[in-house]
Amino acid sequence: MADILNVEGLETQFRTQDGIVHAVNGVSFRLKEGETLGIVGESGCGKSVTMMSMMRLIPSPPGKVVAGRAMYQGKDLLKLSNDEIRDIRGSEISIIFQDPMTSFNPVLTVGRQVAEPLEIHMGMSQKQAYERAAEMLSMVGIPNAKERLSDYPHQFSGGMRQRAMIAMALVCTPQILIADEPTTALDVTIQAQIVDLVKRLREELGMAMIWITHDLGIISGLAHRVAVMYAGYKIEEAPVKDLYANPQHPYTIGLLSSLPRLDESSRRRLASIDGIPPILYERPNYCPFAPRCRFVHERCWQENPPLIEVGPDHYAACWVQPETGRYRE
Amino acid sequence: MTTTDNNNVLLRVEHLVKHFPITRSKMLIFSQQVGAVHAVDDISFSLIKGETLGLVGESGCGKSTTGRTILQLHRPTSGHVYFEGKDLAVMQGEELRKMRRRMQMVFQDPYASLNPRMTVGEIIGEPLIVHDLASPKEAEERVQDLLKLVGLNPSFSNRYPHEFSGGQRQRIGVARALALQPAMIVCDEPISALDVSIQAQVVNLLEDLQTEFNLTYLFIAHDLSMIRHISTRVAVMYLGVIVELADRNELYAHPLHPYTQALLSAVPIPDPVAEEKRKRIILQGDVPSPVNPPSGCRFRTRCPLATAICSEARPEFREVSPNHWVACHLV
Repeated sequence: MADILNVEGLETQFRTQDGIVHAVNGVSFRLKEGETLGIVGESGCGKSVTMMSMMRLIPSPPGKVVAGRAMYQGKDLLKLSNDEIRDIRGSEISIIFQDPMTSFNPVLTVGRQVAEPLEIHMGMSQKQAYERAAEMLSMVGIPNAKERLSDYPHQFSGGMRQRAMIAMALVCTPQILIADEPTTALDVTIQAQIVDLVKRLREELGMAMIWITHDLGIISGLAHRVAVMYAGYKIEEAPVKDLYANPQHPYTIGLLSSLPRLDESSRRRLASIDGIPPILYERPNYCPFAPRCRFVHERCWQENPPLIEVGPDHYAACWVQPETGRYRE
Repeated sequence: MTTTDNNNVLLRVEHLVKHFPITRSKMLIFSQQVGAVHAVDDISFSLIKGETLGLVGESGCGKSTTGRTILQLHRPTSGHVYFEGKDLAVMQGEELRKMRRRMQMVFQDPYASLNPRMTVGEIIGEPLIVHDLASPKEAEERVQDLLKLVGLNPSFSNRYPHEFSGGQRQRIGVARALALQPAMIVCDEPISALDVSIQAQVVNLLEDLQTEFNLTYLFIAHDLSMIRHISTRVAVMYLGVIVELADRNELYAHPLHPYTQALLSAVPIPDPVAEEKRKRIILQGDVPSPVNPPSGCRFRTRCPLATAICSEARPEFREVSPNHWVACHLV
């Protein structure tokens, strides 16, 4: 399948009182048609900033995308004019945000907000747009959708608000849906409802998806490929089964073994990763994970490893082979 | 209630009820109660010395209120809380204050639960001073020991909370809870604000301390995988009531209550191969409001198996097999 999105060498920096924070440091990824890419990492690893940079939603100042390309249908998203990118946002590429409480405008009705993209992007009349919005809301499982168009966001529960958010993102049938931790604020039974819904809609609409999360559990049943980020770098990427069965970066290995599993009856001690993730005020000339890594070698302190192909379609940024503890060839 | 061996029971909760009044004032000063939030509605369980009881449920199910009501941070509406044989619910003033040495709490939010204007040494040493258990000088020494115990550098005692990361702050919270050498610690979602790689650090610390000091934990959380890992027994709450209580492996292998079954099926497993084979029970709708909870069984409005009896009578919380308690008409 053809690539629908191709991001290369994305770099984003933020100017702060303490210096320049290097939030995203040369991240590249591709997204194929109909594919779901999972981006996993802890808070501050740059996963959301990567997406925001691509969609030109980084507030500037203090933020700045200093390098990279994001090719979508022959156009570089980073070079488009403000009007051009606005045409793409919400119609061809949509975003669902993490917090269903604050991502709606509290003083506009839900109907107004779900219908707005249709009027702006599709040129529908208000009446048409509201009808389509009601259809979309009932498609995501909101009962009595027509009557609820005139409700305000606070009249919806958290799960319903996230459904309405999804309806708003999908109302123009986008090519790509970016979901930025859409279930993190929700309870587990509601999360299951939302994941079920998104999977169904993904099939029906045939769209590609980027799902950002810190939860290695949820992504395992959802993504086709997974990229792991740390300190603004993509440090590993592989097809989903390969990543979980055969993780190659010590950070990925650490994350997976620090998770207790629901289906695990023995009480093993959780493997923890010592230390905390760094804030990068300058680009390190060593591996950013080296201070916390239990496989660390001399070379890790001398040179930041690039992504190395370690198996078919499997890339890891590490000098050391975790099985042997020796340098890779 | 869940055990008859009284010697080992540290805490016995009997028919605990906590309602929060909803008031509305008709004139400026006269307020009138117009309803109540049924946060905790008649729950009973025991804590055995040295065990970890996991209390799990979704947001708003009353698990944190249960923890706080046990510690008498909220006074119960009715019911009894026997701690080491004495009923905390009827205690007042100095008597209750003395009991607080024996039971401490670790809070969810490591940012909000430490006073930003106190140094770490003052925060950890304060319980010793207010309970008159140490002179300031002795307290200082004890603080150093406690910092070492939770894996922090003793020289940090002059620093302020904002100088620490989330995981380190949670260690400070644990050190403060340990200062009085309590018998029981209520851990109210102590890791849910932390990153994955840091969660394991704090959980391992809590487990080590439990072994070292024979601590008893009431561990409140919504993460079912972590609850399975840390608990000896697990209680599942829904809308103010305990619907199921059993030993951890029994509960996860043979969940009997339809809510427990749905809850467990909803938790994703970090393994794509296992995920493919799983069947999810997707619950419809949302949790009803605790202001006006459903009649009979609280879960009936979302239960895929509900029948007529479920709306008529509240199911009894009964022992269906040894140490496995469940409140459901259909089990």
